[in-house]
Amino acid sequence: MFELFKTRAEASGNTEVKRFSTTGEALGFIEDFLKEENIHDAPGSYAVWADGPLLEQVDKQAMVQKFPGLSFEVTEENAKGARVGISQLKMGIAETGGMAQDSEDVTQRLASALCWIHVAILPTTKIFPDLGDFFKRMHPREYKFMTLITGASKTADIERVLAVGVHGPEKLMILCVDDLEGEQQ
Amino acid sequence: MKPQMPKNINEALQSNSLAGILDRWDYPATRAKAFEGIDFQALRRKIATVKSGVASNFDAVVETFTKNAQANGIKVFRANSPKEAKDYIAALCKEKGVKKIVKSKSMATEEIHLNHHLDQFGIESNETDLGEWICQLAHHTPSHMVLPAIHLSKEEISDLFSEETKKPLDSDIQKLVKVAREQIRERFFEADLGISGGNIAIADTGTIVITENEGNGRLATTLPNVHLALVGIEKLVPTFEDAEHVLKALPRSATGQLSTTYNSFISAPTRNADGSMKEVHVVLLDNNRTKMAADPKFKEALQCIRCAACLNVCPVFRLVSGHVFGDIYTGGIGTILTAWFTELKSAEKIQGLCIGCGKCTEICPGNIDIAGLILEIRHRIAKKEGLPFVYKGALQVINNRKLFHSLLRAGSIAQKPFVKDGFIRHLPFFLSGFTEHRSLPTVAPVAFRDLFKTIKQPKSETKAAFFAGCALDFVYPETGKNIIKVLNQGGVEVVFPEEQSCCGIPHWGSGSFDMAAQSAAHNLKTLLEDDPDYVVVGCASCATALKKEWAEILKEQGMEALIPQANKVAQRAYMFTELVNKLVEEKKLTPKEGIDIHTLTYHDSCHAKRHCGLSTEPRAALSAAGYAITDMKECDVCCGMGGAYTIKQSDVSMQMLKRKLENINNTGAEFVSAECPGCLIQLGGGLDKAGSTIKAMHPADLMVDKFQ
Repeated sequence: MFELFKTRAEASGNTEVKRFSTTGEALGFIEDFLKEENIHDAPGSYAVWADGPLLEQVDKQAMVQKFPGLSFEVTEENAKGARVGISQLKMGIAETGGMAQDSEDVTQRLASALCWIHVAILPTTKIFPDLGDFFKRMHPREYKFMTLITGASKTADIERVLAVGVHGPEKLMILCVDDLEGEQQ
Repeated sequence: MKPQMPKNINEALQSNSLAGILDRWDYPATRAKAFEGIDFQALRRKIATVKSGVASNFDAVVETFTKNAQANGIKVFRANSPKEAKDYIAALCKEKGVKKIVKSKSMATEEIHLNHHLDQFGIESNETDLGEWICQLAHHTPSHMVLPAIHLSKEEISDLFSEETKKPLDSDIQKLVKVAREQIRERFFEADLGISGGNIAIADTGTIVITENEGNGRLATTLPNVHLALVGIEKLVPTFEDAEHVLKALPRSATGQLSTTYNSFISAPTRNADGSMKEVHVVLLDNNRTKMAADPKFKEALQCIRCAACLNVCPVFRLVSGHVFGDIYTGGIGTILTAWFTELKSAEKIQGLCIGCGKCTEICPGNIDIAGLILEIRHRIAKKEGLPFVYKGALQVINNRKLFHSLLRAGSIAQKPFVKDGFIRHLPFFLSGFTEHRSLPTVAPVAFRDLFKTIKQPKSETKAAFFAGCALDFVYPETGKNIIKVLNQGGVEVVFPEEQSCCGIPHWGSGSFDMAAQSAAHNLKTLLEDDPDYVVVGCASCATALKKEWAEILKEQGMEALIPQANKVAQRAYMFTELVNKLVEEKKLTPKEGIDIHTLTYHDSCHAKRHCGLSTEPRAALSAAGYAITDMKECDVCCGMGGAYTIKQSDVSMQMLKRKLENINNTGAEFVSAECPGCLIQLGGGLDKAGSTIKAMHPADLMVDKFQ
């Protein structure tokens, strides 16, 4: 299932899928990534991280000290100046390579819609076969606002030529974490 | 200088960058790949069932949506007319003190000309979808429902952006997209109101679904403190689960994607970034949709999911684009929606561009007979306004067998000064346009009906009545003779009912259903006289009449008493190659031994492939007769003949022919075959005019010496 998800997601446009056995490894990767992207305290170079289950295992204060441009309090202002936005998604859909977001909390949308690079954290155990699983497992009665996200923001409005990063992220980085929420697959 | 929208067909044909863009995209292949593993027929039937069910019950479904959305905290307003929708939105703007609006893509707002209306109150509407923004800068209407600015080149867009940013820009598309991002980003933060459309509205849960690729829809529904969605009531589905079918079909049909990048499901107001509660309004737009639902024929058009597949596959649309072929909504479905959302009269010019090839009907994920409904528009215009006098006169002549036939005989003499090798290459004066790219065939000196009397028929148990059709009877009598010869070789005795006349397809195609029904009635009796086992037709257009249209047209015209006879003819009607294939399979017709193999490419005529469903049988029959078939690119795309179309829309017809000839030439085959004299006139004339060595021939002419 993971393999199909990875193949389809990476075919959906400027998307990279990585898999980690443990949350610790994923966090290590995120730190390296923030360094690589030169996250610092200047508009355009911020990183924002919306609330999510994985954050329970993170020492936020220590992280902010390491990366002065990183914020866990997502606002319109810092999301607008963010190079990287990090958020956790509810489930993955192998057939399309897409993911479902519980978007009720506006910070989830701000962190994933305004930045240049969206880092999406996804429990590997929550990848399901097809779109039908989304319709079975999530329902508007429980979620006031849901979003399916598949790949990076794109357009073909000029001469049918694909271009990425129109109004949303130019790049989507999906981190699948095996030990998040439940047993390993 | 701002680029101009083409005002007529000639201008559109000259500024034709669209065809090249659609070619590079290769929509049919991209779409087919996206649908791999999905039962398209089953999916389109599901969508049709769901949406047709809603259209049968608009009031109740609107009420359910309203009740549920309101219970979630959304304000819902049903607007019966564009005016009511515009007034509601203007009043909301006044109440909230809205000065600036950001809009994500919405065809419904285009339909009611919302921006223009709000402009009058000094309210600034900013389009944020890239294509819509480009159209706004150019002061153009969208030319395509999914790709609004596809008619403009990157150079023209670069000029528009330079003018807007007051900076010189190059025409690199990736850079232009970033310019748009930078220019539009701040507007999302400044706007007081975000307006979106809605691709689906779910009644059970009060949810609006917005599908998009750019992310502007997410920003327009997130950043301003008020969100308003304008949604046509045909977007309603009863349950959340019903939305799945649309979400499967829409991206695959629209762009060849498995999913669009973002699908937002908004069911209730949520908190804004400043902590306030967002105000969410849904305006459900009727604008004649209820009236449309009450029409037994046009109700079907409400199954549309606005994917624009019908535009992408339309051989006419690709040549003239949506500014000529359409109004606000463009192309095939756009013609139908224009007739209802604007008025029947406004669709009059547009409908004339449809050649009736049926590509749109075949591809539609809403299972709408788009070509059939455009024909219905033609019919209603003909009924309401009558046909242009001269054209109607011509159709009446065709229906008067004796007069028509004697005129055709006279024609064979009158044409003499212009004839060489059986083709008319030049015509005098104003008629010269007809022969510019294509020579016309001549009327034969001896008609098939006279030739037939000279062919001695074997006595046989198996009898076929031959329906020649006008073209084989008067232009290609030799082909008729060859059909008889092959059938005789297969042990079939052929009779030729003398009283037969035009099949009625020209009348049907021009919307004169009453005259078409008269043709059907006239022919039925004479064809069944000898109680034949088969009724054989050598023309796919006539075959369509016999196999399909006669029964339907008789029903439509209230002539039910004749339907059993029409059904009898339909059951016995065979296209020539279809019967040859059957006779070969039954070993009644055996290919000669040691025949030379020749190369051939087969053109699927619209009537054969999409109306009669015959594409494998003709190929099998030709293969049996010793032809190695190489399929040309777009083998089932219309050649541009379309009966009277080639005269009424001659420029478009000739451009379609040009493309067809290129595809034929690229196969390197010796022959091109089609079982439709109309196509053969078009293809053969085009090849002759171009000096090509490839011969366009009817299957019977290719088969005549190949069987024992």
